[in-house]
Parts: sequence; C-alpha cells; structure tokens
Amino acid sequence: MLIDEAVIDGVLGAALRSGGDFAEVFAEDRRATGARLDDGRVEDLASGRERGAGIRVVFGDTTGFAHTSDLSEAGLRAAAEAAAAAARGGGGGVKRAELRRVDAAAPTAVAVFPETVAKATKVELLRRADEAARRAGGSIRQVSVVYGDSRRRILVANSEGVLAGDDQVKTRFAVSAVASGDTGLQTGRESVGATLGFELFDRVDVEDLAAAASLRAITKLNARPAPSGRVPVVIKQGSGGVLFHEACGHGLEADLVAKDSSVFAGKVGELVASPLVTLVDDGTMGPEWGAIAIDDEGHPAQRNVLIQDGVLTDYMWDWLRARQKGRVGSGNGRRESYQHLPMVRMTNTYVLAGEEDPEEIIRQTPYGVYVAQLGGGQVNTASGDFVFGMTEAYLIEDGRITEPLRDANLIGNGPEVLRNIDVVGHDFAMGSPGTCGKDGQGVPVGDGQPTLRVTGLTVGGTAR
Amino acid sequence: MTVTEDRSGPGRSGGATPESLLDLARQVAGWARDGEQVEAYVARGRDTEIRVFEGEVESLSSAESAGIGIRVVAGSRQGFAYAGSLDADVVAETLADARDNAGFASEDPYLGLAVPDGVAAVSLDLWRDDLATYPTQRKIEQAIALEHAVRAGDRRIRQLRASEWGDASVESAVVTSTGIEASSRRTACYLSAEAIAGGGDDTQTGSGYSVGRGPADLDLERAASDAVLRATRLLGAVKPRSGRLTAVLEPRITAALLSILAGTLDGESVLKGRSLFAERVGEAVAAPQITLVDDPTDAEAYSAATHDAEGLATRRNVLIDGGVLRMFLYNTYAARRAGTVSTGSAVRAGYRGAPGTGARALTLVPGSLRPEQIYAQVGEGLLVQSVSGLHSGVNPVSGDFSVGAEGVLISGGELAGPVREITIASTIQRMLSGVVAVGDDLERLPSSASGLTLAISDISMSGQ
Repeated sequence: MLIDEAVIDGVLGAALRSGGDFAEVFAEDRRATGARLDDGRVEDLASGRERGAGIRVVFGDTTGFAHTSDLSEAGLRAAAEAAAAAARGGGGGVKRAELRRVDAAAPTAVAVFPETVAKATKVELLRRADEAARRAGGSIRQVSVVYGDSRRRILVANSEGVLAGDDQVKTRFAVSAVASGDTGLQTGRESVGATLGFELFDRVDVEDLAAAASLRAITKLNARPAPSGRVPVVIKQGSGGVLFHEACGHGLEADLVAKDSSVFAGKVGELVASPLVTLVDDGTMGPEWGAIAIDDEGHPAQRNVLIQDGVLTDYMWDWLRARQKGRVGSGNGRRESYQHLPMVRMTNTYVLAGEEDPEEIIRQTPYGVYVAQLGGGQVNTASGDFVFGMTEAYLIEDGRITEPLRDANLIGNGPEVLRNIDVVGHDFAMGSPGTCGKDGQGVPVGDGQPTLRVTGLTVGGTAR
Repeated sequence: MTVTEDRSGPGRSGGATPESLLDLARQVAGWARDGEQVEAYVARGRDTEIRVFEGEVESLSSAESAGIGIRVVAGSRQGFAYAGSLDADVVAETLADARDNAGFASEDPYLGLAVPDGVAAVSLDLWRDDLATYPTQRKIEQAIALEHAVRAGDRRIRQLRASEWGDASVESAVVTSTGIEASSRRTACYLSAEAIAGGGDDTQTGSGYSVGRGPADLDLERAASDAVLRATRLLGAVKPRSGRLTAVLEPRITAALLSILAGTLDGESVLKGRSLFAERVGEAVAAPQITLVDDPTDAEAYSAATHDAEGLATRRNVLIDGGVLRMFLYNTYAARRAGTVSTGSAVRAGYRGAPGTGARALTLVPGSLRPEQIYAQVGEGLLVQSVSGLHSGVNPVSGDFSVGAEGVLISGGELAGPVREITIASTIQRMLSGVVAVGDDLERLPSSASGLTLAISDISMSGQ
C-alpha cells in the first residue's frame, strides 16, 4: 500500500470537513527507465521516479483538485484542504461509506518485472536492433532505437467506500530508420508495446522489428506523391484502428457528449455506422497497451460495446459523468498522473472482424489507396472532421497493389466515414501502441481492426 | 490550446527561494568525483487551472511541484536520472542512478558538459510579482466573463467546450561541476475559450486566447472575439474541389510551420543525417523575403530566456538571411562534434530529460504588408485558419507536408466563402521557396515561435 488505510480515512475526512459531495485520494508511484541508441551509440540511459497523490473534492458541479509529492499524513491533509477550498464546499451533512476493497482481475500476469532485468540486457537489445536495421540495406543512413519500461503502482480511495489498487507494468520498443536515395531522405518506423514486463521480448524479435522499419524506409525511396482528392481507401488489418479512435472514439466520450461537443450526442439507439461495424472499447484486453485492472478512479476495467452492427449502444463514462446521469461508470476514468484530474478516456478500441477475404477486398477495388501503416490522428469532435497520417501506403490499380506513396494525411468526417465502410475483412490485428492526448494529458491506448474499405476518403497528397 | 510553459513536475517544497534552488544545484554539482562531471537542473513550479462551464466553476486545480534532473559524464559516457522530489535522500539516490546509468552508455569523446564561454547573458524581466497575489476569485471571474463575452458575441454561438484561466510560475537553476551557474524565473498566464457555433450538420468551432506574463497583459475581449469570429465565419463551410492555389497562413499557422522548420535546422539532426538542409549552408533555401531568426534575448518573445538549458547565455541567431541558409543551432555536445561552438540553443523538457538542441524564440522578420493587402495581392487563394495532424502528416526528414485544414477562400482579393474538411500539401522545401508575401502583423504566441501572415504559392488543396 502506498498509504495506510487509516491515513486515507483521515485524509478523506479532512477533504470533506467543510462539506462536499465526494472526495477521492489517488496515489501513484511511478518508476521508468528509458534507453536510446542513435547514430550507432547508446546515448542515454535515463531512469526516473515520480511519487505523489492527487486529491479531488466535488461539491455540486464544481471539482477542486490539488496534488502533492509529500505522501506523509501532514502533506496529504494539506492537499486535501487545498482541494476542499478550491471546491468551495458549503458545509452540511456528508455521507461517507466505509472503505471496501475493489476486486479486479489483472489483465496480464507480469512474468519479468523490469527492475529485475540488468541494464546491460536492455542495452543489448538496442544494439541488436541497430545492427539488424543497418543490415537491411545499403541505403540505410541512420537508425535510432528506443527502449522504455515503466511500473506504475496506484491506489484509489473515495468517500463512497471504494478502495482499489493496481500495479501497471508496461514495456515498449521502437526502431526508426532513415534511408537515403536519389529522391532524398525517407523514414520508416516500427514499434511494439504491451502491458507486460521484459517477457515482451520472448514474443517479439527486435531484429525482425528493425528490419521491417528499414524496409519501410527503403520502399518509400521509390514512392511517388500521394493522390490529391477523394478516393476509395483500403486499410490493412491492425494498421488503422486510429481511424476509429478519431472518427468516433473521442466523440463517444461522455464528457464531450455532455457538453454538446460531439456529433454523436443524442444518437444512442440510432444507426450511426455501416451495419458491418461493431466497435468495442476493452480495458480488460491483456496484454494490449491500453489494458488496466482498474481505471484511475478505482472502477474495474470492462469490455464495452459502443457500436453494435452499426447502432450506437453506449458512450464511455467516468465517475463524474456517470453520476450526473445517475448510472454506473464504464471503467474509462483515466488520468496521466497524480498531477491530473481524471476524465473519460479510451483503453483498447477496436472493430470486430467481418466476413470478407482481405485479398478479395483489394481485388474488388479498381482504383484507390491501400494503407499499410497509419501514424497518429486528430479529431474535432464537435464537427466530426478528423485527420490521420499514412506512413506506409500504396496505390491500388485494377485490383492490385502497385506503387508506394509518400507520406500524407487523410481527412474525413467521422459519421460519414463510418457510414461509408462497405466491406470488412475476416482478419483482425491490434496495431502499434499509442499515446492518446486530450486536454494536455497523455494516456496509453491500443487500437485494432480487420482489413476494411472506406468508399471515399480525401487523401492529402500533391499528385494532380 | 496549450500553453507551452517549461513546467516543472511533481513535488512539494513550500517557501523555497531561487537562491535555495541554486544552492541545491551547487551542492549536487559539488558531489562530482575526480574525473567526473555533474550537472544538476532543479526546477520548481506553481500553477493554477480554472475551467468554467455555464457560469459555474467546473474544476479548479492548484498545485506546487518540483523536481531535479542530474546528468553525469564520466569516462566519455553519459548517464541521466530524474525525480519529482527535492528531498535529500531522493536527490542522493538520483545522482547515484545517473552515475550507474552512465556505465551502460557508449563512449563518445565529444561528450561533456558546458563550460563558461564568456558570453554575457542579457537581463530580462520575465517575472510578475502581481501574479502570485492575484486572487483566485478574480481568476474565476475572468474565466466566467470570457464565457459570457463569447456567448454574447454572436447569437449563433451554441456552446463553449471550455473557457479557462491558467497561470504558472517556474523557477529553475542549473549548476555544473565545470563552472556553469545560472538561474531564472518566469511567470505566465492565459485566458482561453473554444466556441461551438451552429448546429446539426453545420457545427463549427473556433478558439481564442490571450497570453501574457501577468494579469495586466491579458486581453479578454480579444480572446472572446477571436473565438467568436473563428467559429462563426466557418458556418456554412463546404468541401471545395481539389486544386492548386496560393495559401495565406494566419499567424498561428505560420508559427506552427516555423516550429517544424526548426527541427530541420538543429545541428544534431544535421550531424546525424536527418536534416534535409545538411550541407546547404550558404545556399538559397527560401524566397528572398525570408529572414528567420531565433532570438530568445528578445524580451517581447513569449519564450524569451536569459540562459539555455545548459546554463549558457542565450543569443540572437540568424538562421536564414534573405533566403540564404546561414547556420544551424547547436548545444554543447553537437557543437563539439561539429567542430564549432554552442549557439546557446540547448533545450530540455523540464527536469525529466537531458538537454537536446532546439529553437526557443523563432520569428520571421516582418514584411511591410497588412493581411488585407496580402489577400488583395494574392487575388485567388485560401486563408488557412486552422490545421490538424501536424504530428501525423508532416515528415521533417523527407520534407513531406500534408495537414488537415479549415479556412476561408480568397476571391477577387477579398475573403469569400468558408471551406472545411480539406488538406493542404506540399514539401517544406517548396513552401520556403514559394513564399510570395510576408505580413507586417507579428503576433507573439505561447510557443517557441511567433507568427505573422505568410502567403505561399503552389499548394495542393485536396477536397472533393
């Protein structure tokens, strides 16, 4: 335990002394290691530690929040008083429930905790990846490799009696290569991340990952500018979950819905996507990057079906928004660290497999763009317009994948794109680990999808 | 929007003065052993964030935080460690971690901490005492007044996603065993609003903000009218046909472009073969109207600073002069490796990272045309009001540039109909050469770059 139960009890009492409807203590101890190899040298091995608690007091519709790195009873009480002052509680009877521990299954059983692995072993992975990336081709000019692990222990307790904890171990690895040719420089990147310890590398061969990154850069040396305009787009399995994350994921977050900032507000029960689309957000999905046992409000992670056969079934919820609607949460209250307030966030978001043969989807596309890797994206939830970048893509001509294309963004409107998905493959894969940013807070998320086709998306290239 | 303040992290250490930060940094640097160099960067911040919604405080967060980052160079190897606390035992453990980490890095003869270079730091007044005493109640009133002003600004404003007050004060010190000693402090505050206009399929958003070092600098009316104008002038926006045209970038967009450009002009990228401008010093890389300066000594620049992240005095660096590339930016390491001297351009992301290289206060030297004169000169084109996907569709290594955009068409030399769900694309190289007009409207923005209106020819706009 990061804090004694008796201390928690006293701090919750202090937070509510002058009134308030709800008080919460969120404590966190995070340790992280990062190592970076660049230009053939292990440049930096960095390790860090952050430890502290955030205290929230809610009075009516106002939330007061303060945080401290001092986990002593005095430090916590001072933060509790600051949070209470911020919420401007008005006195009155406050009900507090006795603390009871929340049971939540861990999404994965971590086999090898990062702190038990020698630094030299971690560094050795970097060197192996660097060599493999450079072996992949003579045009490779530069390689950078990043290793990162983190162990985040959290404790959440609130005045409703919730007492919960989680021990979140995550490990990631990424390789970026630069190739040089007559057309200038090109880049290729591959990354992997999981809610696992060092055993991640029993599942993933870093040399294969490195070779794939290099191959991507080399392939793009021959790439032509992407088309400019609206074309059919086929998205390879596991490469385009970010499309759903942006096209509708954010718009299904209850805080944005409540503020009338989502195109999906008021549409539960309506057909909002092609009937081929079933969209799920699943925090229990170990060992994916967005997996958690509990969310950062002590609510156990859940598998939530958001869109079933094209019909909007539910939004995602945190404590605050669920309370306002008089319903239960959905395990989506997350925060970057103890220095941040929780809000509604995705975990692992994915579209279920359909029935079509993925090869057949390409064959049935006379002209279009085939996207094999997407980068990040961004959405305006109020208008529904969203972009996402393609970092490996090809032209489809006469039902065949032909030439590679240079990087570009694609733009679409969420509700329109969801309706325009006309075929979904029977394959499925989760994509690369992502960090989702919202209101300045980043949290780890996963996404995935089968191969599928959108009848029209605007590709932001320069080819006439 | 986000204010890019060099925020320090967690920790609580009430009542310390800048001198005490300097003392702590001195103490840690003094622990260097024979044959070892030690750098201590210590930072402490205090910040407040207030969000209001429908006339009520939605959340009020207030906290103090502090942390330390320690770099050790020993035997031509470097190690780094950080902690979100200034407690004596944590600081000692952090130094031990940094030492240990150094043992696993590669040897590099160019590694080493900065040494005093005789350049005197300018004197800048970046601190406003009245921010610390500005009452919370006044901050709340300002955020509520901003919300009212936006709602009252136009009957088509349907909602605000957010109306916010934020402020931060940061003090930091860096001391090395090689004779560097520097400390600084700064304050910042902002008001920001994001307005939602229209309804149904025609919903548009626009943001407005005002930033300054103290409350007296803030212009609430300007923040409100910007948000209103930007949201309402996009109502009725259509998706235009694809084509090539001249794009006129609003100051905010120009600043974003400059920030990307900075990454290609950083000496470390050049050394590592990641810059498209490598080997081009002395050549024309941009239109003759382009003079690009990084000048952190300019007190008017939002991100002005007396010292860089390694404690060397900042200086005015002219990167591109009349279209000709003159120099790259260097920190101590990159300069040694390139056989030159530091340009005072070390930057760091708070105490959690070792110093890299980067621009701090970029600006184009303003031209002589007002924005309206530029529209008239352009005749037919696109005024770009916002862009999205800068992280996903711009590849600073290859130079490919493709972003989502919204704006207003320019027809007959005047602003005409609004457009949305488009992309604009080119390459960084072509955009620099294609500049046809530089505005006189220099705007200081909460970023490492200032903006002004900039017209660029031959941009691909993708729409229908």
